[in-house]
Amino acid sequence: MGLYASSPRRRIAAAMTLVALLALPWLMQSLDQGFYVSLASRVLIFALAATSLNLVIGFGGMISFGHAAFFGAGAYTVAILAESGVVSAALAWPLALAVAALLALLIGAISLRTRGVYFIMITLAFAQMVFYLVVSLKSWGGDDGLLLLRRSTFGSLDLKDDTTFYFVVLATLALVLLALDRLAHSRFGRVIQSIRENETRMEALGYPVFSYKLVCFVIGGALAGLAGALLVNQSGLASPNLLHWMQSGTLMVMIVIGGVGSVFGGVVGAVLLLLCEEFFVEISPHWQIGLGLLLLAVVLWAPLGIAGLFGWGRSRE
Amino acid sequence: MTQLILEQALNGLQFGLMLFLLAAGLTLVFGIMDMINLAHGSLYMVGAYLAAAVTQASGSFMVGIGTAMLVTALLGALLEVSLLRRLYARDHLAQVLATFALILIANEVVRMIWGAQPMLLNAPEALSGPVSLAGFFYPAYRLLLIGVGVLVAGLLYLLVSHTRLGMWVRAGASNREMTEALGVNVRLLFTAVFAAGAALCALAGAMLGPLLAVQVGMGESILILAFVVIVIGGIGSIRGALVGSLMVGLVDTLGRAALPSLLREFLSPEVASSLGPALASILIYVLMAAILFWRPEGLFPARG
Repeated sequence: MGLYASSPRRRIAAAMTLVALLALPWLMQSLDQGFYVSLASRVLIFALAATSLNLVIGFGGMISFGHAAFFGAGAYTVAILAESGVVSAALAWPLALAVAALLALLIGAISLRTRGVYFIMITLAFAQMVFYLVVSLKSWGGDDGLLLLRRSTFGSLDLKDDTTFYFVVLATLALVLLALDRLAHSRFGRVIQSIRENETRMEALGYPVFSYKLVCFVIGGALAGLAGALLVNQSGLASPNLLHWMQSGTLMVMIVIGGVGSVFGGVVGAVLLLLCEEFFVEISPHWQIGLGLLLLAVVLWAPLGIAGLFGWGRSRE
Repeated sequence: MTQLILEQALNGLQFGLMLFLLAAGLTLVFGIMDMINLAHGSLYMVGAYLAAAVTQASGSFMVGIGTAMLVTALLGALLEVSLLRRLYARDHLAQVLATFALILIANEVVRMIWGAQPMLLNAPEALSGPVSLAGFFYPAYRLLLIGVGVLVAGLLYLLVSHTRLGMWVRAGASNREMTEALGVNVRLLFTAVFAAGAALCALAGAMLGPLLAVQVGMGESILILAFVVIVIGGIGSIRGALVGSLMVGLVDTLGRAALPSLLREFLSPEVASSLGPALASILIYVLMAAILFWRPEGLFPARG
């Protein structure tokens, strides 16, 4: 049984969630809470970013601690392109994806030579390089980040409208999740999961382990770049914070809370974390203590995350 | 020019030695228990805050440092016994996340107790001036840091390589199961190592407090540098931590001082002034990536 097990029950649950998400903007507008549509876009974008990291960690078994570099690279690509007048989403977004993929290819090709702890540390080091490079380049905004004065344009779609933008984000996330589900059941997906379980064995069976891992790493990076491109459009700012190592940590937290290696783990984790943040901030300025304790509890008592608690995740034989 | 370079080299040495205080504890924790402890930086922060608070209350810097080291060591031991011990057998992802959670908690607790504003920690009056040093003036306080760093490094060297306790620690780092089988209580040993590492963190935090700001988040930036150090040096090796610390301290400080003017020789001033700081700030990460590329286990691997 594969990691991304699908069953009729799960498909129904996914379809129902999708319907609820489709109805969300109308619901919010009828309640006169339009602000929440923009928040929902943000949550879904982080869900995409977390899902891309889940592909690398949960699926490929590569504990990358530098995923923020790809997330930020996508955001900065769109902002820099906009600065020089390129605002077409059809051009800027694929370019953001390509830049992130190239960066992931470069970082992955070097990092994947190391194992275990060293891999965690070298991905972190590369992400730090990107962070400091961007922060010290004044023409890219330095510490302040780059403002995106207007959202990307996409044919006749009006992305400036929060609801339209929300649907674009939702469609992107749904397509990516669908594609990942297909990928998980493909030959490539089976091989990469077997490599996670027993690398030596796959090597002995003659699989080009390094290339498989690299491809998985690059796909993850590229999808994070896409999430970055969407995020800069949502927030209007490509901030160095997106590249900070705490951002990589936060994405990891999301997938662990949601469920490492479960197809919806990244989505569940991102939704939970960001909504908790949104609501707890109003209760107490020290809400991060609560988050820390929650995270500790998950690590100690629910290592498969929320998905594991409900048995949606990977099956352990 | 030579004077400037000499001064920057001393600054680099001083920064490197302070990094070593952090890296020494981190590398042993990492080496013996195969445990990634991101919360090491939080102990450094807590140490600095305790030192600042006690120094303000008592008026004595020495009392401040002493109390901070003692309390942080106790805190470290408590943390190890209550929580970290449960993580040794877990995978690295679980360790990274649990200690990431500890960072969040520690930052908020410090913010609750001492507020969000940075705290003031002044060097003792007697050391605030410069001293004359072979033709140029150098801050006395920084000289003290170099002295303390060298002293601690020397003591650690004696402890680790010339005592029975040190032998156990080295044995634990190179093969934990075998050491346990030979009758060493590695659990207890490890709690002691962890407490000692925490005390060294507090020492570094308190000593660096007057130079860098005592504020929430100070632990994270230096933690990453400490990790760079131990990965360069080889995980579990004290000697590697010392060499790595000095390399990182010198490369970082000298790079920041010399690289912009060096680039100006080859490039237009405009390009050099924007590229110089950028390159200088990533220099140590380039160094680490290069070392890992050619020596994936670091310079002095502890496991044979």
